[in-house]
Amino acid sequence: MKFGVVRFPGSCDEVDALRAARRVGDAELLWHGERDLKGADAIIVPGGFSYGDYLRAGAIARFSPVMESVIAFARDGGLVLGICNGFQVLCEAKLLPGALLPNANLRFTFRQVDLDVVRGDTAFTCACGSDGGLSAHPPHSILSIPAKHSWGRYYADEQQLAALEQNGQVVLRYALGENFNGSLNDIAGVRNERGNVFGLMPHPEHAVDELTGSTDGLCIFASMRLAVEGARV
Amino acid sequence: MAGQNRVRARVLIRPKAGILDPQGEAVQRALPALGFEGVANVHVGRLVELDVEDPSQLEPMCEKLLANPLVEDYEIVLREGAQDADAGGTRQGLGIRYRDIQ
Repeated sequence: MKFGVVRFPGSCDEVDALRAARRVGDAELLWHGERDLKGADAIIVPGGFSYGDYLRAGAIARFSPVMESVIAFARDGGLVLGICNGFQVLCEAKLLPGALLPNANLRFTFRQVDLDVVRGDTAFTCACGSDGGLSAHPPHSILSIPAKHSWGRYYADEQQLAALEQNGQVVLRYALGENFNGSLNDIAGVRNERGNVFGLMPHPEHAVDELTGSTDGLCIFASMRLAVEGARV
Repeated sequence: MAGQNRVRARVLIRPKAGILDPQGEAVQRALPALGFEGVANVHVGRLVELDVEDPSQLEPMCEKLLANPLVEDYEIVLREGAQDADAGGTRQGLGIRYRDIQ
């Protein structure tokens, strides 16, 4: 199982994403100017400030050569995870519905947040049971992972929002009292209708070691590994 | 010849009506504190200024890159005398208005 982690000019969380992915499999960086995904089984579009966040967060990165390949990879059913700026890029690329707007508090905010795992049966959360194993998939487990962003207010229009809820595309919600950015319906992470593309604003890659207080983020990467290897069987 | 007949355009981009605009609200709250009363509907957006040979490309430029039509309205403003059939006109339903720069 090999993860490809995209690096744009202005990315800053790609090394943590690489290290997190390496806890569950192989991982390699993918340069934004190249189209080669280097045989990756799953792609991570990491956090940061791709292309300086010029114009709008993710607006320019979405047209980079590597994203052409990532978009094709996603259309073929490949697993794509977008974290923070990566989530913004995936929305701009229309791989995910909606958009991320400036935080309602107008501040860059960095804090540990509790997230409700609304769905524990997705390719990105299937290892997020309370025991971290395959057997238990409680419908509501909680992940404690950090969020740090200024543009994290998830928005979708009324119709899209209704469709998201109806199709079960909301995977993570901010727990009660944790929605500091004003996201609609407390949405912290959504997937596409097909279920192979997932984006979230908080950073699971920063919560994979006791050193930083939580290892809850690891289950996102472990889930992707399970999904990829399960698909091979 | 290419580059000889460019038209100056301004694209004004603002949050769509009905979407929470915390920047606009913050400015609106700040003005009375400075003694400016009677101000309403403040919205903060951005301005993209550009010279184009073919003004008809402005709309697809906005749709594809300059604005995010899901959350932003845009207004294309052309310099007076621009050779565009839509200059001064209004396109309904797209949230786009063309008008001449004063």
